[in-house]
Amino acid sequence: MVDRKGLSPLQLDALREVGNIGSGNAAVALSTMVDKKVLLSVPRASLVPLVKVSDLVGGAETPVVGIYLHISGDASGSMLLLLAETSANELAHLMVSEASGGDLTTVEQSALQETGSILAGSYLNALSQMTGILLRPSVPGFAMDMAGAIIDFILVEISQSEDYVLVIETEFDIMEHVIRGHLILFPDLGSLDIILGRLGVSD
Amino acid sequence: MEVVNVGVAEYFVTHNPHMLASYGLGSCVGVALYDDKRKIGGLAHVMLPDSSSMTKKGNPGKFADTAIKAMVEEMERLGSKRWDIKAKIAGGACMFTIPGAINPRNVPGPCLGMQIGERNIEAAKTALTELKIQLVAEDTGGSYGRTMRFDISNGAVTISSIKYGAREL
Repeated sequence: MVDRKGLSPLQLDALREVGNIGSGNAAVALSTMVDKKVLLSVPRASLVPLVKVSDLVGGAETPVVGIYLHISGDASGSMLLLLAETSANELAHLMVSEASGGDLTTVEQSALQETGSILAGSYLNALSQMTGILLRPSVPGFAMDMAGAIIDFILVEISQSEDYVLVIETEFDIMEHVIRGHLILFPDLGSLDIILGRLGVSD
Repeated sequence: MEVVNVGVAEYFVTHNPHMLASYGLGSCVGVALYDDKRKIGGLAHVMLPDSSSMTKKGNPGKFADTAIKAMVEEMERLGSKRWDIKAKIAGGACMFTIPGAINPRNVPGPCLGMQIGERNIEAAKTALTELKIQLVAEDTGGSYGRTMRFDISNGAVTISSIKYGAREL
């Protein structure tokens, strides 16, 4: 693997486009599921130092719900759906009609887990179609805790030899509700060359 | 009091009365070393067990073995004696599990991510034993995130989590 202290503007643009297409597809799936309009931010693609990753989602101690999927296939990495606690509650209520108000019930948790799975699935599908790279998501894992704690083991997998990670991130809002989430793709740096190659922007 | 944020893969050693803090430890392990006689201490936020398998060593703060060794050396440079240094560790949780099964630490489901939390705890303990540093307290494992605060002025270590609130270690 190339020692990558930086990516060219063209490469970052291509990776942003990956985020665009993936999250666009995911937003359509989400919109169909909840029958509401979903707004997307412009995706960000950047190399982020390990210490800064939890700042992306408002700081290491921020309570969040995280749905994690490991990606295997022709390229590997991690996919994470992060929701602020209030957003997670509201989204869960949208999915499961029995509104509990307080802590998430088991049914609500699995509804969120399933949401993560569907969003990641449609994101990766779009990516696979665009690049011809086979990407298979794992069973989704669920956690409700401090953002830093949720993110750190993902960094472990992708940063064994580097001190920064590549983050492709999109924010989405569900209209008529105060639901905001982050959909984050962390490609393993070893897989980056494969992805960039298929996008036609390798060095 | 000045608070020093010790982020992922960082460590910090000081003899000034600072508060050192590592926020949101998940599978990462926080290692606090303290020399009570001289009020010298350090905190590391390690994310990986050991550097031996790595071809490119890089940043010592990332690995349990190299971070602890580096902190001890720095404390000795500030005047600490090895036998006066005591350790407290926290973290090493398993944040994501596959529902259904039960793993050895009684967390439901096998842990996603190569059991990294457990391996970090073990590696930290091994490194401490090798350096002959006594481990006096730990709050490790489980399936929840922790914040570790370390007051260098008196050696007090506080662990807080969303689930259980704050308590002194």
